Amino acid sequence: MNNYPISIRPFGVHAVLIEWPNEVAEPILYDILQFMEYLRKQLDADAWEMVPAYNSLTLILRKKAIDFKTFGDQLHKWYSEKGSSEPREKYRWRLPVCYDADFGVDLKGISDQTNRSVKEIISLHTQNVYTVYGIGFLPGFMYLGGLPKALEIPRRKSPRLKVPKGSVGLAGRQTGIYPQESPGGWNLIGNCSVPIFNAEKDPPSFVSVGDQIQFYAISRAEYDLHKIEGEVGIYKIEKIRIDG
Amino acid sequence: MVKLLKSGFFTSVQDTGRFGYRDKGVPISGAMDVWTVDKLNMLLENPKDAAVLEITMTGPTLLFEEDTHIALGGAEMSATLNNSPIQNRKIYKVKAGDIVSYGKLERGFRSYLAIRGGFRTKVRLGSRSMYFPICPQNHLEEGAEVPYEVDKAFEPRITEYKLEGFLEDTVLEVHKGPEYEILTDRHLETLFFNNFSIAMENNRMAYQLKENIDGHKASMLTSATLSGTVQFTPAGKLIILMKDGQTTGGYPRILQLSDRAISVLAQKKFGDLVSFKRV
Repeated sequence: MNNYPISIRPFGVHAVLIEWPNEVAEPILYDILQFMEYLRKQLDADAWEMVPAYNSLTLILRKKAIDFKTFGDQLHKWYSEKGSSEPREKYRWRLPVCYDADFGVDLKGISDQTNRSVKEIISLHTQNVYTVYGIGFLPGFMYLGGLPKALEIPRRKSPRLKVPKGSVGLAGRQTGIYPQESPGGWNLIGNCSVPIFNAEKDPPSFVSVGDQIQFYAISRAEYDLHKIEGEVGIYKIEKIRIDG
Repeated sequence: MVKLLKSGFFTSVQDTGRFGYRDKGVPISGAMDVWTVDKLNMLLENPKDAAVLEITMTGPTLLFEEDTHIALGGAEMSATLNNSPIQNRKIYKVKAGDIVSYGKLERGFRSYLAIRGGFRTKVRLGSRSMYFPICPQNHLEEGAEVPYEVDKAFEPRITEYKLEGFLEDTVLEVHKGPEYEILTDRHLETLFFNNFSIAMENNRMAYQLKENIDGHKASMLTSATLSGTVQFTPAGKLIILMKDGQTTGGYPRILQLSDRAISVLAQKKFGDLVSFKRV
């Protein structure tokens, strides 16, 4: 794998920000994750936290100040040495979504706006495979890349005060799932029947940055069954390993 | 147990924070004024991560059900033990049936009550810090009972400390943030030669500043944020992320508060003035 021109700079005294070229691109994301794996072997995992997102990797040393002068040089050296070390295992997660009008309250509006039938919108949304470029904003919230152009619609003019947990929405070039009830301005097209964030589990979110997401449509009856399975804690999420 | 006969405005259990889950979008949480909590835990000879009560603006009424030792610090809220005034930064022996209550907020905004051995609520993802949805709630309600361990043998080696903390400080020490370079000379002048006042929108997630500065058109890809990160919106609003702040964001991160500055800001309330100073 090629090395990119990266910039390394301090972010306060407890963190270092490493930046790749300012683009949303899978090769960049995978290079970040590969470097992160390499760093895991070099750094004390209990002392350091690493947050990858789009074109950056932030390293945080919580208890001490970082001696940036030495550490910055060390990081450049490690980056040039990392070669083609093994990246972390990656998975494609298949997530069930019920696109019923009860959940997809904005489907009709989107259909009018885009001149496509609701059926077409659902099939466009489920056909594509999305890449997880970041997790943040809310616990378990995934920034997904790869939305078909036809589904790019602006965020709602006025946000809703309450968007239900599990809501699947569209906004600009993004699609995503609300991991918890929250205010939000996305156009809602459905609801994911399995919990994507569960604080009772460790780790609380099964997805990692670099994984892929694919949605599949389910009926209302299947949705209701999944919900009950989720409440009693017995549910399985389909995954396929996609390394390589 | 300590029972909350009254809850106060916003009382929660906090420790040094929840680490290792930022990459899943989980904020670090933990005490806002870590400096004060460190000192109180040292005084009580507690481990550094012993959990305390963080008490915001108005205090609770607390019934202690077992003997223990406590120490208060941070904001001054006219606290009493069985109706007699008690002071900050000093160890008090508490007996079963004793009541600690709070009166008028005199100085600062967040007061802490530390207890010998720390509060023993359930550890969730490595921390006792209350944050929803990791915990069922982000604060304690009236009637809540918070467990602690009884330690009758404790004989404090020191009983008080003098270091005052930062209640009167108004200067926030800052480092350059990752997007500092987008600031124009005019921005810098406004930022570093003016006072800013704390907006109504201030809580454990973030403090907004009331005065906007000139806006900008810089855009960036979403990237990590830290507690103490100063975000700069296109409209010129300044948002300082705090302990429950989101782990990633898409606004330029122009400044980064020092650890000390986070403790200073944690004691500020609506309308208080602060200024920035580069270190």
